[in-house]
Amino acid sequence: MTFGRLAHRSNVLWIAALVHRLSGIALAIFLPLHFLTLGLAIDGEARLERFLRWSDAPLVKLAEGGLVFLLLVHMLGGVRLLVLENLDWRDEQKELATIAAALSAVAAFIFLARVL
Amino acid sequence: MTEKIAVSLWRGRAQGRYQLYEVQLRENQTVLDVVTFVQRHLDATLAYRFACRVGMCGSCAMTVNGRPRWTCRTHVAKVIDRGRLKIGPLENLPVIKDLATDMAPFFEKWQQAKGAFAPSRTRSDPIERIPPGGAARMAADAAIECINCGICYAACDTVRWNADYLGPAALNRAWSLVNDQRDAGNPARLAAVAASGGCHACHSHQSCQEHCPQALNPTASIAGLKRRTTLAYLRGELKA
Amino acid sequence: MNVRLYVLQRATAALMAPLVLVHVAVIFYATRQGLTAADILSRTRGSVLWASVYGLFVVAVAIHGSIGVRNILAEWSPMSERHAGIFAIILGCCLLALGLRAVAAVTLP
Repeated sequence: MTFGRLAHRSNVLWIAALVHRLSGIALAIFLPLHFLTLGLAIDGEARLERFLRWSDAPLVKLAEGGLVFLLLVHMLGGVRLLVLENLDWRDEQKELATIAAALSAVAAFIFLARVL
Repeated sequence: MTEKIAVSLWRGRAQGRYQLYEVQLRENQTVLDVVTFVQRHLDATLAYRFACRVGMCGSCAMTVNGRPRWTCRTHVAKVIDRGRLKIGPLENLPVIKDLATDMAPFFEKWQQAKGAFAPSRTRSDPIERIPPGGAARMAADAAIECINCGICYAACDTVRWNADYLGPAALNRAWSLVNDQRDAGNPARLAAVAASGGCHACHSHQSCQEHCPQALNPTASIAGLKRRTTLAYLRGELKA
Repeated sequence: MNVRLYVLQRATAALMAPLVLVHVAVIFYATRQGLTAADILSRTRGSVLWASVYGLFVVAVAIHGSIGVRNILAEWSPMSERHAGIFAIILGCCLLALGLRAVAAVTLP
């Protein structure tokens, strides 16, 4: 795996594909932890409650904002691919990819504004 | 004061090094001119490939300052980076020597994708009339100008990461044949591009489309193949 | 990646696009400073709707995520496609098990 060697990797769509892949990896790592956290409720409220109080910390909220971004950018980027693969070709792929990233960032910022 | 270009050329095979040469900068000079000058006047041991010199054959494709290009159609003025040119063989292919690659894997994948026309009529049958404005014919025509130069193959990172991946050129040709109503080879062709390493391995980076000197769009062709193979699969027409 | 895996991955992706929007809406609606476990569980416990929607989400993500990881391992690691496939199946089963357990934890009365 060689990165950074070839000039064409400054292409917006190549970066979009990388963001899509990295966000997918991050979500795949996060998901078991998320499931285990929710699974705390099996033993009753108290353990989940303790976790939620821990997650009030601003740093955790910042990380949650990051996760919101990752989830949305992965989904919106994926929707762009579904459109590309199933509907007629449209030339504005770079614009669509940029819009997907921008929308995700905006949503993550709104989330942070509400919870911090 | 005449300006010079510092030209680094790959010497060797898979193992090797970049060797520095100094070439006079001229007006209206192509990268192929530079490589030819080095071989004829500075170092006769340099190996490189070209044929038409006028952007018709695709033989002179090399990696120039990090991008795959036709060197005969690349003006030095357009790509020179602070007086420097770095020229290597095309990526993703075995190197025979210096700037010449072995195109055999590229063409083997072409065959694997069933990129060859399979006739459905004989010379005794009447000629089939194909209206040029039909949707299928227009789709085929949009993809047909490929001259197998290998630039898309060299630019594609999925080719780099996935040894089984047939690559943009082979799949683009398969798409043009899928849309050719004279062709009888579609069952085998769809099965070939639906297998592992076929069209579904494409991640739509669009590096192929970005670099194609013929302004072709293999990403769009591959998207078309994805639709056709998915439809065939859901209808039970494919052995997947 | 062949046509079968592709169809599974794209179908689960299409299914999950609206589910992600629902999930993000839930996140925006629910999260604030001081959100308690009682707040969450009072809404989810005994709810067939929650169980169905998130149960479906879990099944879809287990399939989608494991196929994605399979591709990444086959392309970026020294693993062969076959080994990547085995790893992916194991990952998929873990996600399914943990996910359904989590859905049960918050929706069972």
